Amino acid sequence: MSQYPLREHAAEKLRAHSGRPLHEISAEAVAAGEISGADLRTHADTLRQQADIAQANGFPQLANNLLRAAELTDVPNDELLRIYDTLRPERANYSELLRLADYLEASYGARENAEFIREAAAVYRERNLLRRA
Amino acid sequence: MHRSKRFDLLAQRDINKETFVEPWPEAGLIVADSPYDPAPSLTMRDGLVQEMDGRPHEDFDALDRFIVSHALDLDIAPEAMALPAQDYARMLADINVPRATIARLVAGCTPAKLCEIMRHMSVLEMMMGLAKMRIRRRPANQAHVTNWREHPALLAADAAEAALRGFAEVETTVRVARSAPLCALAILVGTQTGRPGVLTQCSVEESLGLRLAMKGLTSYAETLSVYGTEQTFTDGDDSPWSKAFLASAYASRGVKIRFTSGTGSEALMGRAEQKSMLYLEARCLLLVKGAGSQGVQNGSISCIALPESLPGGVRAVLAENLLAAMLGLEVAAGNDALASHSSIRKTAKLMLQFIPGADFIFSGYSAIPKRDNLFGGGNFDAEDFDDYNVLQRDMQIDGGLRPIREDEALAVRKKAARAIQAVYAELGLPAISEVEVEAATVAHSSDDMPARDILPDLAAADNFLNGESDFVAVIRALQNTGFSDIADNILEMGRQRIASDYLQPSAIFDADFRVRSAINDANDYTGPGSGYRVGGQRWNDMQAIPQAQSPAGFVQPHLGSPISRLVELGAAAKGTQQEVVLALGPAFGRAMGFTIGGLAHDEVLKALLTGIAGEGGLARLVRVYHSSDCAAIGYVGARLSGSGIGIGLQSRGTAVIHQRDLAPLNNLELFPQSPSLSLETYEQIGRNAARYALGRSAQPVAVKIDNGARLRLIVKTALLHRRETDEVRPETPPQELRYDWEPAL
Repeated sequence: MSQYPLREHAAEKLRAHSGRPLHEISAEAVAAGEISGADLRTHADTLRQQADIAQANGFPQLANNLLRAAELTDVPNDELLRIYDTLRPERANYSELLRLADYLEASYGARENAEFIREAAAVYRERNLLRRA
Repeated sequence: MHRSKRFDLLAQRDINKETFVEPWPEAGLIVADSPYDPAPSLTMRDGLVQEMDGRPHEDFDALDRFIVSHALDLDIAPEAMALPAQDYARMLADINVPRATIARLVAGCTPAKLCEIMRHMSVLEMMMGLAKMRIRRRPANQAHVTNWREHPALLAADAAEAALRGFAEVETTVRVARSAPLCALAILVGTQTGRPGVLTQCSVEESLGLRLAMKGLTSYAETLSVYGTEQTFTDGDDSPWSKAFLASAYASRGVKIRFTSGTGSEALMGRAEQKSMLYLEARCLLLVKGAGSQGVQNGSISCIALPESLPGGVRAVLAENLLAAMLGLEVAAGNDALASHSSIRKTAKLMLQFIPGADFIFSGYSAIPKRDNLFGGGNFDAEDFDDYNVLQRDMQIDGGLRPIREDEALAVRKKAARAIQAVYAELGLPAISEVEVEAATVAHSSDDMPARDILPDLAAADNFLNGESDFVAVIRALQNTGFSDIADNILEMGRQRIASDYLQPSAIFDADFRVRSAINDANDYTGPGSGYRVGGQRWNDMQAIPQAQSPAGFVQPHLGSPISRLVELGAAAKGTQQEVVLALGPAFGRAMGFTIGGLAHDEVLKALLTGIAGEGGLARLVRVYHSSDCAAIGYVGARLSGSGIGIGLQSRGTAVIHQRDLAPLNNLELFPQSPSLSLETYEQIGRNAARYALGRSAQPVAVKIDNGARLRLIVKTALLHRRETDEVRPETPPQELRYDWEPAL
């Protein structure tokens, strides 16, 4: 079980989405032009640790959200925005939603998100939330 | 037009600018307990829900399905639903039941069950409940910072001041959507100038909001609105699944999210399905929880005037705050949108969240004037800062703010305006001039700012959003221009994003960037002696309003050198003539020289003697040492007087005409309103005393009534009296005085 807050108790193990260790992200490194936006993004492993912490402290739904988030860390920004838009009401038909789920699972190993989207597809079909025509 | 002048006046009062309406359940115009609200129920078979709140599974709408799949703890549900609602209500109000005991059971409650619990609770009991169920121990506050010019220097300066004042989160929004990236940038730079670790957000359309977060310009988002009916949800162009996905998308970029719900939105959108506002809100809160949001802003938010138009509206809003806390959600408790014209009503409403405390007492205290508030005007705004600080000081309640000095405010405002000026220059954004920096430093509102050409700003905002530049570029710009401390703060925000500790429930940062959340600062309130207590340095800071004066300062202007022509002759004897004895307090004309109204004691004596002489009376002066009490002084004078008439005079100017046959605390005329007494009044007092001494009748001296005198001067009155009491010599008898002065007649 990770000690919370990680910034305080596990700083030496933390790394950015880019893989760069936290301790390398210094003002000097920024000034030298060595740091990019990806070096200031969270890593999937960190989100999984935070999910464990949430679960252990009685916040299971938040934990599930953080696990889905961990799967999305590798999904590029534009794609993330596109998936969100596809999930809005009446944007996609049933098979498009299933294809989206399969794609996420295959490309990013996003099993939780894929299940979540499949569940949405089933409800959308029953509740008339799929794209008409 | 009323026939009664009183009803006519009442009609003009602020409270009667409000709209009040009778309930109409069919239109959703009912805050709680609609006759169409379902009774709580939950039927399960083989671990699957067959029926919830009277609706069979096959009739479930998308919201019911989401609640059953993601929000309800079905292991707890049978036990939770079997426990009577009144038992929950009693546990909530009972300090001996800890929050965890209740939270475990609430996880299995359906929306109707949650409403049934609230039905048993008074506002006072709900406040006890909120004090206990709030998930973070220490309450905090969120600010709104916007301005109608969307002026970057003013945004940065106001954000810096808001951060300095103690707000843990600062939210901005925009008049023109395209300006969002630069407004978010200004708020980021401003807050990290005022106080490191303040979280920021820019409230815009969901996709744009996510893009700003991805650029590192914002650290939290609370625009994720949910609604309590399927149709309203769809009208909002989302489903619970799309909203939950969005929440995960934000979290994947290390951004804190909070959903938005609140009573009244469904009725406002015409889709309330005859249900009460609280029932629909209970559904919303389960959607919020099911989606995995760490928190919610509720408390009716922008719809607040709708529940407040109905009976029980303010109570229902507290109920929705409490329900959210019971469900383990961080609560930003509303109090943001303009809710009332009446300052009595808006303040009374605030107390329901202010006294128990909420994770965020306001989900947006307008840290700017109303006119600049692009959220539609705040219920409390920058003009109320001092009032708010005094409320904290009065009740010893931590409302999340602290008083600041003008010089501190000016310093951070100027620094923030200079920093955003430097960032604009480095990033090639349209220049911010010295004049604009100076104006933003001292400005109260947009009106104090020079006009700015918006078109180049909008074009620059488009380029900034679509280009590669992000908050790393901002950090470098600040480093290059001598603002390395602000750069370090923004960089630390980036490191915190990597650690993601602030994605846990109810997380904020203190000034040392230590995260404080429901994980490491969990509310442990179980009655007196437990939970968050205001004390130590925090209480000192809350007390130290700049308006508070040193007590010594009240007394100093009223001291003086002794009146040289006033000489003590020895113990006073009882007189035999038809005289008026003027009895002075122990400090009069000695240790003290001026009345509370600023009249010199010497002049007061002359006025009294002139009055006595003017009626042909004789005067004798004595000093009373054994008492500083006005009645006692006057009574001594009367008893020493050959006529039986004396005037008692305290150093602060309070006077009495006494007569020896009266009881000590009775009198002929009393002049307690010393601040209003003029030299003319004292002369008239002398005249009347002389007339009494000579056996003539007298019209009581007319005194101006000043209702505010006591309110303004009570501290000074107490301290001047204390100074006179310091001069009391219990063993010293009254002394005969000589006053070397004769009235010119």
